[in-house]
Amino acid sequence: MGIYLPIAEISVNVFVLLAMGAAVGFLSGMFGVGGGFLITPLLIFYNIPPAIAVATGANQVIASSVSGVLSHMKRGTLDFKLGGVLLAGGIVGSTAGIYVFGFLRRLGQLDLFISLLYVVLLGTVGGLMLVESINALRATRSGAAPVLKKSGQHNWIHRLPLKMRFRASKLFVSVIPVLGLGAGIGFLSSIMGVGGGFIMVPALIYLLKVPTNVVIGTSLFQIIFTSAYTTLVHATTNQTVDVMLAFLLMAGGVAGAQYGAKAGQRLRGEQLRALLALLVLAVAIRLATDLFVTPPNLYSLSGAGLN
Amino acid sequence: MNGPIALATVALLSLTAAAPAKAQTPLTEGIQIGLSTDAVSITAGFSGADLTIFGSLENPDPLVARQGRYDVIVVLEGPPKPVVVRRKDRVLGVWVNLDSETFENVPVSYSVATTRPLQDITEPNSYKQLSLGASNLYMQPADAGDSPATIEEFTAALRERKAAAGLYSENVGGVQFLSQNLFRATVRLAPNVSVGTHKARAFLFKSGLFVKESSAQLEIRKSGFEQSIFRVAHDYSFLYGVFAISLAMVTGWLGRLVFRKD
Repeated sequence: MGIYLPIAEISVNVFVLLAMGAAVGFLSGMFGVGGGFLITPLLIFYNIPPAIAVATGANQVIASSVSGVLSHMKRGTLDFKLGGVLLAGGIVGSTAGIYVFGFLRRLGQLDLFISLLYVVLLGTVGGLMLVESINALRATRSGAAPVLKKSGQHNWIHRLPLKMRFRASKLFVSVIPVLGLGAGIGFLSSIMGVGGGFIMVPALIYLLKVPTNVVIGTSLFQIIFTSAYTTLVHATTNQTVDVMLAFLLMAGGVAGAQYGAKAGQRLRGEQLRALLALLVLAVAIRLATDLFVTPPNLYSLSGAGLN
Repeated sequence: MNGPIALATVALLSLTAAAPAKAQTPLTEGIQIGLSTDAVSITAGFSGADLTIFGSLENPDPLVARQGRYDVIVVLEGPPKPVVVRRKDRVLGVWVNLDSETFENVPVSYSVATTRPLQDITEPNSYKQLSLGASNLYMQPADAGDSPATIEEFTAALRERKAAAGLYSENVGGVQFLSQNLFRATVRLAPNVSVGTHKARAFLFKSGLFVKESSAQLEIRKSGFEQSIFRVAHDYSFLYGVFAISLAMVTGWLGRLVFRKD
């Protein structure tokens, strides 16, 4: 069944989009990530213009984050204060990102920049995760107990000034890295159409030493607002949010996420992480080949000041 | 019911009265085209269509007509818009948009229908003078200071991309004479035809010489639910953004209600 997307201005198959949303929802439920980093490249592979894929991806991320935050709120695994500080940084980063986005779009370099960011970030995160999970798999196979980092261990981040206490996270840390992390994620969110969970979660765990159970809820909480802000600014400055497209993806995504969460419970943590790492790397490699393979058409047209 | 009949009689009388006066000098041919509607609405599922334009020759010479020496070219030209043409080049192995050229007033679409292949109708020079045919359209570069070779390269690329997108098309044999002076032209509307005022123009050639031109306007607009969304997104973009966010939040909340597992 074909449907015409009003903003993307192309006809697409409803079932393909629903399936895409469901598949990504399944994976995001399984791995506990927003799925924006998968949705946006998938939309681009499906010939949705990158500018629209990014803005609509940000819109879609809100739905999955709301859904996740509600369950974390019930369990009490959400640090509102930490989320608030991350958010303050996020708004600044997001605003900067929107300007860069519009600027690159006028230059005709937006598509390239989005692809490069995806390749670099997904490649790095996927690679690190794969190495880490393979090591963990090896360790469990040889029967050794997993080596845990000592909680008292401090790094340079903990020597910065302007310290603040975050009770729910049992944390006493400078606000500078928290604001900076928020800003960085906000910037990526507006340029890549991702929530940024796949960077936020490891950063909170390894850099700020936030307890793992609080991390996902808090990250999702701040992602709701950052991506809502990103969606709003994209809608007003670039008119690239396609609600029809976003809704189809969300509808598939919310359903898929539940089955994914169920499936995820049957797999072990390090197996899950290894699978996710392979998936992330596959997306990165696919995007990277597009950058290097000679395109069928060297010339492209666009309206002046648009697209 | 008397009105129309009376009118027809008057018209007939004026025709017979005019005929002897003009019979002295050879009649000059004219061309007229008519559109059954001045606006076409395209719905969401539009996948391209053929637009039929009827027209007639005025005062055709029966001898010329019988020998098939009248030729008609009908063009449907989309609204002019500025276009940026970009060329990708390899930088450190990566394909990057490097050079670009902006053109002003490029017709968004340009569909041609002809009685015979263009090269059989008249000389390339007269096409150029009339600026007729996709390859003779003058593309005005925004920056005239660029080298002619560059401008020529990007102009060619612009035409090629437009043709590949089905926006610049040529339908040889798309104009057919139904009688000595009545013809029908079929021009193609691409699936991605742009909204706005399109101009239909008909050119009459007699034995390879340009005789006359006539034109009509056609408004193409999109209709339906999807078009309302598009309009709201552009006219009330802030409200649209708020709506998009609310929709996502409600969907997320409903999803949790419907599928909750804890």
